[in-house]
Amino acid sequence: MSTDARAFCRDEAQAIATYNFAYLDEQSKRMIRRAILKGIAVPGYQVPFASREMPMPYGWGTGGVQVTASIIGPDDTLKVIDQGADDTTNAISIRKFFARTTGVATTTATTDASIIQTRHRIPETPLTEGQVLVYQVPIPEPLRFLEPRETETRTMHALAEYGVMHVKLYEDIARHGHIATTYAYPVKVEGRYVMDPSPTPKFDNPKMDQCPALQLFGAGREMRIYAIPPWTQVVSLDFEDHPFEVQAFDRPCALCGADDVFLDEVIMDDQGTRMFVCSDTDHCNSRQTAGHAGEQDT
Amino acid sequence: MSVCMNADHPLMTVRDLTHMYGNRVGCRDVSFDLHPGEVLAVVGESGSGKTTLLDCVSARLERSSGTVGYQMRDGRMQDLHALSEAERRFLMRTDWGFVHQNPADGLRMNVSAGANVGERLMAVGQRHYGQIREAAMDWLGRVEIDDDRIDDRPGTFSGGMRQRLQIARNLVTGPRLVFMDEPTGGLDVSVQARLLDLLRGLVDDLGLSAIVVTHDLAVARLLSQRMMVMKDGRVIETGLTDRVLDDPQAPYTQLLVSSILQV
Repeated sequence: MSTDARAFCRDEAQAIATYNFAYLDEQSKRMIRRAILKGIAVPGYQVPFASREMPMPYGWGTGGVQVTASIIGPDDTLKVIDQGADDTTNAISIRKFFARTTGVATTTATTDASIIQTRHRIPETPLTEGQVLVYQVPIPEPLRFLEPRETETRTMHALAEYGVMHVKLYEDIARHGHIATTYAYPVKVEGRYVMDPSPTPKFDNPKMDQCPALQLFGAGREMRIYAIPPWTQVVSLDFEDHPFEVQAFDRPCALCGADDVFLDEVIMDDQGTRMFVCSDTDHCNSRQTAGHAGEQDT
Repeated sequence: MSVCMNADHPLMTVRDLTHMYGNRVGCRDVSFDLHPGEVLAVVGESGSGKTTLLDCVSARLERSSGTVGYQMRDGRMQDLHALSEAERRFLMRTDWGFVHQNPADGLRMNVSAGANVGERLMAVGQRHYGQIREAAMDWLGRVEIDDDRIDDRPGTFSGGMRQRLQIARNLVTGPRLVFMDEPTGGLDVSVQARLLDLLRGLVDDLGLSAIVVTHDLAVARLLSQRMMVMKDGRVIETGLTDRVLDDPQAPYTQLLVSSILQV
């Protein structure tokens, strides 16, 4: 792949004379690939890596961008979503960034993409084998808010000492009567490591389990990479008498009528008129194209 | 003592335990046996090595030399410092309790009292919310904290309540050995008295063994059957608590006993 990449760079030398293929230099990519491989070998384990400066602020997806830059090749097709949408600033900027620095094809269709970089959603359309889902992760450590010392949390991971994770869920039930954590809901990967699935809504947690696609997680500021290989068991933590449940919506999408999807609430006017629509824009659009319609309208 | 399981075999055997802080002595050549159901008090002025000793025998601190043997639940004697980190931590949250002088060190201040008590249960694999809560409620009752405080954070508790909560949190998994570092330090006397009363009751009911570090001889007299007096890192006198306090032999112990303020 890197020979291709170099050839590509020669060809495109005029257009992007100063950048290597996918912006990062080859040595950095190798270093990141090693971290990715280790992450895949130890599912759910946070692998430290030497995160690079990227031409965007921390918190905008520098981790995801570095992972994508390290795995992308000229034949890939890239899709970037932000909270499920292909058309927000963050998604468009990152898509354009890779279009310019790699020249790869981009798409908004989940089924056409070989790499999907995502901020906080998993597409509604089921992923398939061969696809890679790259998550942007702000805080990779699920134990962070229970135990602030990194030395201690690493020991806790090493010894699989995860009692405190349930303390948090206990607190939820004690205070709210149910598990009120709705995003970044902790999961246990392949019966071993407890992992933060990045701030995806817990609605998406079941999609991680036995997923045919490779899932990679990059946290740039925190300098951690972790991974879930295809067909890996991912279990959301819960109590026997308070089992894990995903959010339920009391209405279908106003645009496409889908009732098994994660909805966004959109404020329509100053009177506070609200509309609930799919957060996954590609899924919504393709359903509308296929003739589905919601009870939309003002 | 009500319960004495296998009292012939000591629960803990300490031999020639030494801990050095660089060239300075933490504790030196300490040896003792602790039998099941026995409460041992370690007294001495501050800086005498009491806390170092406690940390060493509870495997919180690496020893410099000597051995600490502990009778595991299956009856075999195990050198604590030969245990793996995982085994040691497991022991800490099941078979042992550690009551800190400052409750904030032993509690999670940002979660509710119920979660504090329930944490150890969850750590050993309890996954039924109802049962965890019931156990927490039960233990809060036993340390005289009202049921309706179960969802309050320890930050809203008084010093005495925090200390009682810490005790409940430690005892919920039915430990056999509890380490206490100045359990009544910083509490006013009436609260101290109630706490001591409670501790005495619990130790009696549960047949706990305990090692209590204190500089307060009255606490030692109330709680312990046996007593060790430390000075400059060494044990200078040891014996039954009543004997040591009523008939101190070592000059330093005599000084210590005669220094108690009489009201």
